[in-house]
Amino acid sequence: MEIAQIVGIALVTTMLLLILRQERPVMALVLSIVFSVVIFTFLMGKIASIIDVMEELTQRAQINYFFFGTLLKILGVAYLGEFAISICQDAGEQAVAKKVEFASKIIIAVLALPILVAILESLMELLPG
Amino acid sequence: MDIDIIFRIAGIGILISILSIVLKQAKKEEQAEMLTLAGVVVVLIIVVQLMNELFIVVRSVFNL
Repeated sequence: MEIAQIVGIALVTTMLLLILRQERPVMALVLSIVFSVVIFTFLMGKIASIIDVMEELTQRAQINYFFFGTLLKILGVAYLGEFAISICQDAGEQAVAKKVEFASKIIIAVLALPILVAILESLMELLPG
Repeated sequence: MDIDIIFRIAGIGILISILSIVLKQAKKEEQAEMLTLAGVVVVLIIVVQLMNELFIVVRSVFNL
């Protein structure tokens, strides 16, 4: 019943945030950051077990491990970026949120470049001449 | 799951807002400002430690 725990914490945090937001907006922002961090760390163990299963499947299917590693890195960048973007948007800083989004997109594109090159290479092998 | 850290931060926030109201009533606006600043710093220290933990976990899970 982890979802019950999460729902409970979310409701309690929402009420505390409602109280704090009028008096101390900074404290409210910090509390929402802490809530995100707590939920994120709580779910990290589950994400790790999912990734373990995927890793085993990759080994069984004998796919190049490099691709899976890149995929994992992209997933991590996306999760972290989303974390920061939602906090910035909560605080009303749309410009900062947009910049973080831009940065995470570029970093994901850079990480995906080797896969793109590998696809193009295999395509060149398939094509005659 | 460490829910007490949420309660700790909410408690610090509520306590500081009450104390600064009291200080403002006693015509000590400067000290109220100082108190607010100190509270933010204390909370930020807790948050930075938490974020450090989170980043270490994320880095180890996703091999970043």
